[in-house]
Amino acid sequence: MDRTRRRFLQLAGAGVVGAAGGTALRAVAREPEAPGSVESVQPQAGISRRWAMVVNLKAVERHHSWDRIIEACHRAHNVPHFSSAKDEVKWIWTEEFEAAFPSQEQPYVTLEHHDRRVPVLCNHCDNPPCTRVCPTEATWKRESDGIVMMDWHRCIGCRYCVVACPYGSRSFNWRDPRTGLEEITKEFPTRMRGVVEKCTFCEERIARGLEPACAEACEHGEIVFGDLEDANSEVRRLLREHFTIRRKPTLGTQPQVYYIV
Amino acid sequence: MLEKALTGPKTYWTWIGVLLAVIGVGVGCWMWQFREGLTITGLSRDVVWGFYIAQFTFLVGVAASAVMVVLPYYLHDFKAFGKITILGEFLAIAAVIMCMMFIFVDMGMPIRIFNVFLHPTPHSMMFWDTVALGGYLVLNVLISRVTMVAEFKGAPPPRWIKPVILLSIPWAVSIHTVTAFLYAGLAARPFWLTAILAPRFLASAFAAGPALLILLAFIVRRVSSFDPGRKAIDALAVIVTYAMVINVFFVLMELFTALYSDIPEHVHHFQFLFTGLEGENTLAPWMWVSVLLAAVSLVLLINPSTRHRESTLIIGCVAVFISLWIDKGLGMVIAGFVPTPLGKVVHYAPTAPELLISLAIYAVGALLVTALYKIALEVRGHLTT
Repeated sequence: MDRTRRRFLQLAGAGVVGAAGGTALRAVAREPEAPGSVESVQPQAGISRRWAMVVNLKAVERHHSWDRIIEACHRAHNVPHFSSAKDEVKWIWTEEFEAAFPSQEQPYVTLEHHDRRVPVLCNHCDNPPCTRVCPTEATWKRESDGIVMMDWHRCIGCRYCVVACPYGSRSFNWRDPRTGLEEITKEFPTRMRGVVEKCTFCEERIARGLEPACAEACEHGEIVFGDLEDANSEVRRLLREHFTIRRKPTLGTQPQVYYIV
Repeated sequence: MLEKALTGPKTYWTWIGVLLAVIGVGVGCWMWQFREGLTITGLSRDVVWGFYIAQFTFLVGVAASAVMVVLPYYLHDFKAFGKITILGEFLAIAAVIMCMMFIFVDMGMPIRIFNVFLHPTPHSMMFWDTVALGGYLVLNVLISRVTMVAEFKGAPPPRWIKPVILLSIPWAVSIHTVTAFLYAGLAARPFWLTAILAPRFLASAFAAGPALLILLAFIVRRVSSFDPGRKAIDALAVIVTYAMVINVFFVLMELFTALYSDIPEHVHHFQFLFTGLEGENTLAPWMWVSVLLAAVSLVLLINPSTRHRESTLIIGCVAVFISLWIDKGLGMVIAGFVPTPLGKVVHYAPTAPELLISLAIYAVGALLVTALYKIALEVRGHLTT
């Protein structure tokens, strides 16, 4: 290797190290956010978390929160909207009660349950069947906090995870998603056609100490987000004080989205 | 040796030309799909796998079925299969290559295909299916090449190839077992969540594959002086018969378990297949044709006189092949998605470009079979050109 080339590589290497250091410093220096925030999820030695969500269906119904929740999530994450149902991409949406909870169905269910629109999203299962089938580890459960993650740069678009999810929580980009966006939120990447996407529990927001966008859009506690490992957390309090159900519990996936019915 | 595929009479080149034209149309459609995305297919958020993956599944069976000639010939020294073993191996090579192409065209990000090897993931059945299929292709290319070259030189094949051939026997069973495991291990899809899926896959494969091989052997006999021999055809016909009977038996087992237990999430898929659900009955006519053809084939194949008569044997083999193609190449995959895990009944039908791409892949398979069979026949002096 000649001198100038070696010198160039040394400089380039130093640059990379410097840039990485700068990012780390900025992350450390970031102040925790104001009320309604969660503690930063940046990996800290010795602290394990388990993020979970409690959805209060009565509150959602009372405050007509459905569209507000969906809008907040889909705008924050550049989730496209297409007129044709077959190309549909969605991270959080509503289902009828019996579609969300098929095992709870019975013909004499109270009217208020029957007409209820249930917000559904990725359950961030403790035992996720979707990550098990991925042939490239493009989706995996993050051990530090249980979030089921996606790497949109690695996904080969085989859609095996979509097939394996019992909750219909995953969407495939059948076409260029950018053509389905009226405005693009700069803070979050858009995706390419050909990859699978889904709710990420707003890991990019909780890393900055913010609540997930859907929880933030709820002023009346319709969706509460927090750490199950923390016995004093709001989610633990709700689970202690209310009877909650989860979707398809018999499959053993251990969903981490709980519903107060 | 390969150059023997490059000379031939006018009919040979016309056939090649037709196949190349079909492939050309398919390549054009695939380029369109590559640019626009899989939105040009009939697939949707709810039916994410369809015609492509169903063809893949069916053809894995055709590939695995080569074992039905390899096993009797090499393990039981059944000499009558001596002439057609190579036809079975070549058919397996073409089928595996078609399988790989169907996976490739189904991918959302085909340029990232090497991620499967860059990030090998043993907990994914798709990883193991890749290993199984790739290995099976290598085995069959190696075995057929070594035995063909030996025959060309008029010498016995080298001794080391025998263990390789023996390895290919369980390997053939493995490719279809692992393919069944792609489906049978998913809690989300009750239709596939059945221990009999892999046995059923093997039974239908060992019926459809040898049925196709019988038909191919008859075609080869027409265009050359090659004669598979009465004994070989009879033995193959018996294999098709037993495999088809076992397959139908397995299907009835499935139906009993689902319908007698009457668990809605199991029953609904069969209702969608055979009667339609909430008015969605796209597959019902196909499934009844499949049932009818299965019945016709069993009558013709079980009865010794019609099994021995060539004309009725041909009808029986065509019936077996089409019946099982409908069952596996249409019904099996699509019914897993309808109704959806949320109980919705959705519609899926392949689009024209989707069908043209699929047709092109079948044309590639036909081209490979044609070229490989021609080489085999030339080496054996069955062709006069």
